[in-house]
Amino acid sequence: MAESELLRADLVVEYPFTRSTGPVVGAFLTGLREGILLGIQRRDGTVLVPPTEYDPVTSEPLTEMVEVGQAGVVETWTWVDPPRPQSPWEVPHALAMIRLDGADTAMLHGVLVDSPTEMTTGMRVRAVWADQRVGHIADLDGFRPEAS
Amino acid sequence: MTDPDIPPRALAEAVVTPEALAGLEPVRSVRTPIRLVYDFVPSAAAQAYLRAYAEKRILGHRSPVDGAVFVPPRGVDPRHGTAIDETVDLADTGHVGNFCVTHLPIPGRDDLEVPYVSAWIHLDGADIGFLGLVAGCATEEVRIGMRVRAVWKPDEQLGPTAENVLYWEPSGEPDVPVGRAGNRAWRGRTDG
Repeated sequence: MAESELLRADLVVEYPFTRSTGPVVGAFLTGLREGILLGIQRRDGTVLVPPTEYDPVTSEPLTEMVEVGQAGVVETWTWVDPPRPQSPWEVPHALAMIRLDGADTAMLHGVLVDSPTEMTTGMRVRAVWADQRVGHIADLDGFRPEAS
Repeated sequence: MTDPDIPPRALAEAVVTPEALAGLEPVRSVRTPIRLVYDFVPSAAAQAYLRAYAEKRILGHRSPVDGAVFVPPRGVDPRHGTAIDETVDLADTGHVGNFCVTHLPIPGRDDLEVPYVSAWIHLDGADIGFLGLVAGCATEEVRIGMRVRAVWKPDEQLGPTAENVLYWEPSGEPDVPVGRAGNRAWRGRTDG
């Protein structure tokens, strides 16, 4: 069959999920809404950001939430160009694993720079907050290089 | 620091948050919509099926392995991974294999007035169900084995889409016994 004779149609599959957040992720998102970043402390004193309800190694419940810094270190990163249609960002950016000051694990978020030449592993970045915050990961616009 | 046996509800009460969050309304839910956008090009089998469906014909595929008839045709017998090239015409009559009464509206389907009945229609000559709506009778009258026939859209509204049958209505014929209603193809056709 010739290409021009083929039936074709736009098809959109859409799921309007709303997830319950629970006490730990809920508190993390509440923190985002208030402009602070929260982690959770493990038995050995190390801090997970983002926080989880259970220890990923021992499975024991975790309950001690602590505030961490608003700046940290890029542990690893990749350059995204162009962003996918549903990306939170409309312009090219880095996606990075960022270990915040006071945290022992890294969190995935965007680093808002113009070019990959501005990115280095180990660079310091600082949180940029959205003006309107609702309790969602997008309350963070992303991170920018910390003024040196 | 924590008791590893704390049940989930107690955990929620045990979580300690920094002073900065004291007295604030906590976030309890988050919207995580998922949206997948396709440029859908039906398979060769589905292309032929949709063109025939626009002319009020329902095509099936007959398996070369045991003669089981699948509808809509997919070009393969999914039980054996065997290609199928024998097309058969199916009737627009059959029976309800199983069904579901839905009382809650679905986002994006404002055209469906609740309660409505969705059902696997087992077309005469087919060995698997064909998804459709059952209407034309009270919801509580719908039953497994009930004989139905297609109510097609007016001819001028027919097209190569999945939406040519408006719904399936009771035909008034005697029911198929429950023990012989529904999906028999997967058990094979030889055991009756």
